[in-house]
Amino acid sequence: MLDDTDRRLLRHYQLAPQLSPSELADRAGVAPATCARRLERMQAQGVILGNRAVIDWQVLGYEVEVSLRAQLDKTQPRAFDEFTAAAREVPEVIEIQTFLGRVDLRLYVIARDMAHYQHIYRTAILRLPHITDIEALMHMARIKSDKGLPI
Amino acid sequence: MIQLDETDRHILRELVKDATQSASALGRKLGLSQPATWRRVKRLHDIGVIKGQRLDLDRERLGFGVAVFLGVKLATKGRVSLDDFERAVSAIPEVQSVEHILGVYDYRLRVVARDISDFERVLRRRIMTLPGVGDVEANVVLSEERRPGPI
Repeated sequence: MLDDTDRRLLRHYQLAPQLSPSELADRAGVAPATCARRLERMQAQGVILGNRAVIDWQVLGYEVEVSLRAQLDKTQPRAFDEFTAAAREVPEVIEIQTFLGRVDLRLYVIARDMAHYQHIYRTAILRLPHITDIEALMHMARIKSDKGLPI
Repeated sequence: MIQLDETDRHILRELVKDATQSASALGRKLGLSQPATWRRVKRLHDIGVIKGQRLDLDRERLGFGVAVFLGVKLATKGRVSLDDFERAVSAIPEVQSVEHILGVYDYRLRVVARDISDFERVLRRRIMTLPGVGDVEANVVLSEERRPGPI
């Protein structure tokens, strides 16, 4: 489905998503028209899902990042759906992942400070349905982040 | 602290969906002129609220069928420097992100692989051979979503 030129384009685009189509074409060594056509095709195929701005939450005053690992009551057939639907309603939840493994779900929560985190935890997180166990991991540092796929 | 008004928040919500929108297209959605929109977008970049862009790709369509979060505990803390571990783990192309955390594990890694047997190869040859690596817990990603966050 994808050839070497597509992959080369994606590699460059992934490293520098802010490039304009003509700059990207230049960097990947393809003609601008070819580049535009291929990007359009990969968007239509659903390979490229979007090009999104990344917000620096710390700049906006969110100093605390917590990863919450939750286990759910699996005797409830709708536990996953109801839990994730409710978690989406909490604005401070910025990522939701479901797993096969010891942990069922992970929520990534941001807060302004520990008092704010405590407030979110008590009033929003603990009220989410079907939790049997929940455990918090505090973020110290991000050593490598969002490096993209090894295409 | 940085204060954003409702228009800034609207711009952020739009750019998180699609960062490639032109100032005039964005302005039309907000009922703002092109120059006014451009100035606001530039300010959000200048003050660091927008720290960059991210290309959102469908990993499965690119042949990476498996994504796994690994919780890694170091076995020989103190003897092996954290720097050595961090440098070595960051150099692995299949490792997309490395976070230093406080909790049951020392590090959380996000790893992508083509399939389960490819994941086993990465785990055995690359992860288990890292300096100081101890207990490893794997959770295979079933689904994941990013939320817009409190904007």
